[in-house]
Amino acid sequence: MADALTLPPPRPRLLSRDALVSLAVLVALAAWPLAASALGETWYVNLASRAAILALAGVGLNLALGYGGMVSLGHAAFFGLGGYVVGISADAALAGTPLLTWPIHIEATTHLPTLWAVSLGVAALAALAIGAISLRTSGVYFIMITLAFAQMLYYFALSWPAYGGEDGLPIYVRNAFPGLDTYDPLHFFALCFAALVLALALSALTIASRFGQALQCARASETRLATLGIEPFPIRLTAFVLSGAITGLAGALYAELNGFVSPTMLGWHTSGEIIVFVLLGGVARLIGPVAGAVAFVLLETLLGGLTEHWQLGLGLVLLGVVLFQRGGLIGLIAGPRHG
Amino acid sequence: MTGFLIEQALNGLQFGLTLFLMASGLTLVFGVMGLINLAHGVLYMTGAFACAFAAAATGSFWWGLGAGVAAAAAVGALVEIGVMRRLYARDHLDQVLATFALILIFSEGARMLSGGRPLWLEIPEALSGHLMLPGDVAYPLYRLAIIGVGLAVALGLWALIALTRLGMAIRAGQSDREMIAALGVDIGALYTAVFALGAGLAGLGGALIGALQSVEVGMGEPVLILAFVVIVIGGIGSIRGALVGALLVGVVDTAGRAFLPAAFALLYPPAEATAIGAALASMLIYLVMALVLALRPKGLFPAHG
Repeated sequence: MADALTLPPPRPRLLSRDALVSLAVLVALAAWPLAASALGETWYVNLASRAAILALAGVGLNLALGYGGMVSLGHAAFFGLGGYVVGISADAALAGTPLLTWPIHIEATTHLPTLWAVSLGVAALAALAIGAISLRTSGVYFIMITLAFAQMLYYFALSWPAYGGEDGLPIYVRNAFPGLDTYDPLHFFALCFAALVLALALSALTIASRFGQALQCARASETRLATLGIEPFPIRLTAFVLSGAITGLAGALYAELNGFVSPTMLGWHTSGEIIVFVLLGGVARLIGPVAGAVAFVLLETLLGGLTEHWQLGLGLVLLGVVLFQRGGLIGLIAGPRHG
Repeated sequence: MTGFLIEQALNGLQFGLTLFLMASGLTLVFGVMGLINLAHGVLYMTGAFACAFAAAATGSFWWGLGAGVAAAAAVGALVEIGVMRRLYARDHLDQVLATFALILIFSEGARMLSGGRPLWLEIPEALSGHLMLPGDVAYPLYRLAIIGVGLAVALGLWALIALTRLGMAIRAGQSDREMIAALGVDIGALYTAVFALGAGLAGLGGALIGALQSVEVGMGEPVLILAFVVIVIGGIGSIRGALVGALLVGVVDTAGRAFLPAAFALLYPPAEATAIGAALASMLIYLVMALVLALRPKGLFPAHG
């Protein structure tokens, strides 16, 4: 570290402090289930899968919220849609009925990669529709209209009996991934972790690309971007769709992990919690949502073990972070964000 | 049929005016302080709980109602002084997260106080009767009273904002915050007063509706989200917009629930018609909102320019 102090700070360092912290967070997240598995504590392995999945949802939101400045309070819509793709397919596969008979015939599948592709696609389409309308507005209107669209899906899921209504859909049989045993908690964690790392890599590439620069410029100053001859709307919409798709994939994994999907996944508390992961970790930092989700799951488990009223403690911690530690946890460790 | 129509129209009016009690506070707080407050539903719940506790202790709904409004206003003032003040200069994201944290804190607090069981509020005896409408439909007096209260509040708010000195400061605050501080208005006190006013109205709504439903943790959240829809439709910051938006949402939602299942029954078998109708009815107001925003992105009555 002494070297870092004497050298002038070159910008494209191989391992900046941010990158080191990111790596440490990922290594810790991977080491946790390995250690738990060695000790025979399956429950903790599943807890790590939960953290990785929630982190993935946060990574998705971070693209829109952190880098694009689009404060979406409706990402539960994409999370829940991803979950319902898995739930509806599992329901049809169990009953042996086709998924769709009209306009085209589609058989239900238990092939995970296919289901994930469908989840990504469905969430992306929903994000395209919701984004196309919501992005006409900005600021507080955007927050509320994304919230309202997610609530619309929530109430639909609640009152539509074909998909389980209020009770949701159970997923009795875990779907299969070629070459892996998805019933093995460690194998399942590996899948979740791989999805998370892929999403992080995709985010990093996106942010560093010309597109990502334009997106961040749109957050900072729409006028400046327009002066450069770039229309902000398509940039934002593309980022919103990408963001929604990643969160949708997280929803599919979440339903699979719990063996259950219910309207709660679409509810606005879910949207709030995904924002919490991002802010708790640090907005517009690549690893922020991962640190935030891990911290959230730990808080939930530790406080939940002490008292059934753990949400009170969570609320106080959150309030403290917003009022007094604005950079989130990663900001606390890695210092203020550059640029 | 006429009786049914009148009944549904009154239901829509009552629902809309209840939403107005929530939406007016939200829109005032946003218009004057630029604050987006997700915890407004908590104040609604506070009003209902205080009313239920006080009514149980005194045996009178009216004392309960007073206590509900007072408790919500007091909690509102305390929250404003303790937390909200630090958020006015922050961006919307911080406001969303901080007020989301407040929801967790207050909901869990209420769960600890009430033991997690729903409480029941009795409709006061003087209003427990019915009024006969044309077409032999008996309409509960209590719901008519809520309509009366909602209209009175709308009128009172108009008078407060158009005619009084406080209203003048509120209007000035909506158009230029720095200027009125420079003119010597105590901006801190004004903000606390506006927030407490909004909180009191939310508490009034909670206490009134508490007697129709049960008083329980989380009761404010569905209403809060509908109130958001209302102010987005009406134009955030505009009281007039909140009233129009609230009535529109109240009537559309009630009409959807009353008529859509029956309308679909003309096309589909009854069980399916009920399901499709109910599902569509629950989405209807969001479709209205999307339509309004697609045509007028700043709502029907944009307050700022």
